[in-house]
Amino acid sequence: MKSTRKAYGEFLVEEGAKNNDIVVFDADLATATQTKMFAEKFPNRHFDMGISEQDMVGTACGMAISEKSVFASSFAMFLAGRAYEQIRNTAAYSHVNINFCATHSGLAVGEDGATHQCVEDIALLNVIPSMKIFSPADEMATKSILKECLKLDGPKYVRLGRSDTPDIYSSVDKFELGSSHTFGTGKDGTIFATGMTVSIALEAKEILKEKGINVRVVDLYSIKPIDKNNIIKCARETDKLISIEDHSIIGGIGSIISNVLSDEYPKKLIKIGVDDMFGKSGNAKKLYEMYGITKENIIEKFIQ
Amino acid sequence: MKDLRKISNEIRKDIIEMIHSAGSGHPGGSMSCVEILVCLYHQIMDLSLDENNMRKDKFILSKGHAAPAYYAVLSSKGFIPKEDLLSLRKIDSYLEGHPSNKINGVDVSSGSLGQGMSIANGMALEKKLSKKGGNVYCLLGDGEIEEGQVWEAFMSANKYNLSNVVAIIDNNGLQIDGTVESVKKLDKLYDKMVAFGFNTTIIDGHDINEIIDALEDAKLSNKPNCIIAKTVKGKGISFMENNVSWHGKGISDDDYNKAINELGGNV
Repeated sequence: MKSTRKAYGEFLVEEGAKNNDIVVFDADLATATQTKMFAEKFPNRHFDMGISEQDMVGTACGMAISEKSVFASSFAMFLAGRAYEQIRNTAAYSHVNINFCATHSGLAVGEDGATHQCVEDIALLNVIPSMKIFSPADEMATKSILKECLKLDGPKYVRLGRSDTPDIYSSVDKFELGSSHTFGTGKDGTIFATGMTVSIALEAKEILKEKGINVRVVDLYSIKPIDKNNIIKCARETDKLISIEDHSIIGGIGSIISNVLSDEYPKKLIKIGVDDMFGKSGNAKKLYEMYGITKENIIEKFIQ
Repeated sequence: MKDLRKISNEIRKDIIEMIHSAGSGHPGGSMSCVEILVCLYHQIMDLSLDENNMRKDKFILSKGHAAPAYYAVLSSKGFIPKEDLLSLRKIDSYLEGHPSNKINGVDVSSGSLGQGMSIANGMALEKKLSKKGGNVYCLLGDGEIEEGQVWEAFMSANKYNLSNVVAIIDNNGLQIDGTVESVKKLDKLYDKMVAFGFNTTIIDGHDINEIIDALEDAKLSNKPNCIIAKTVKGKGISFMENNVSWHGKGISDDDYNKAINELGGNV
């Protein structure tokens, strides 16, 4: 069990020791985003820009244009939200090679409440040309994806979470841009998940199996580009399709999968996620129950 | 010594021709920053490449709507073929209405106001981190600095003591909706910049000697630099000068003829 933000912090320290070109930007949230570990080891390569995310994105881009390997972090709300136009116009339009690592995404932020729970970031970033979006499910996925980011050009957005997530992957699992991981070969249905909802989907899969319903789980860790081939393959091979995400179903993976299906293989998709609502304060687990982001909800949809 | 006044006059003719040909654009703010750009590109900046293929001095046009002036100056230094200038804003041209880094010599896209100073700081910070010489010049509009991000960036320049950054404010006093003082009230700009930790100076932004002196002085400074350049919007064309309606609009054939005549050119 480890949060993906913690995995990010550890990755920076590991890679930072090997590569002097890695520099990290934060906006007064280094303790929370976990870039503080890097700051303590490599103080001259960590820039705390203060509570000014727009300035942070611009400055980080200026540094990246000069060929440094740049990571910039804040909460998803303030990075994708507050600095959206800087990401669009400065980073993406100029095709700057930069890594935006947004922690505290989704309802799972918990007690801080709606103002801090970004359930719109995938939607916002997905419409930006040339943007690459990843959403890792656990520690190993996070570290592998971040390593992959170092090889990829252009702007990248990595969606990370605050709470601990169960271990799913090992160091041998590969993560590639535009690909996905499929668990099982069940023909009764497919559960598409991403980030923090992958472990929920895997739990549901096991319970459904006991009930004689064999489903597969697809971890859509690469959101842009999305693994179209696997989505279509699952739509052909399995009966029921469900998506589950800690994000608005408007513009989230539910919408993205629906787009792929309507273009290539029209089929109904049941979408579980935040349904055109703001979040609220509360314990993360209780919030998932309130918004229906649970294995019970998945199981109910299959049994109906 | 090169005649920077003569070059400036040629740039002004290019700007008029480009905007006339495009049918739209921003004449006022392009004409106000001509001398500043000419001094930077023809006298001050080291445009050669370092071992990493990066230019030693860097420039960002944060007030991206002055693209015609920028492109004309880039063309005068050989970055853009002269014959391409009249394709500005056209469907089959790479010369976007606002600067794009697809253009040779342009490092980063700009034009959505308020963002250039942060980028300049990032470049300057990288120079300090990598122990490289060279300066980063950023040209801002006086209306543009109503954007909050600019002041975030000024604070950052001070925090990291970016003595290799030069913010030049094209202080022509006008913006789309009227005078800068009536729209947002800049008030005591010099005092503000000093308070933000900048080595600040006020100059006549059309006086070549004053511009060169201020830019040379900035090279020696041990603090971030700000040059407040007092300019005239639409400078050089009698009917455009200090007339806010010329912020953004095309130039008719009649006005084109008059303008080129005033610049001593042949229509």
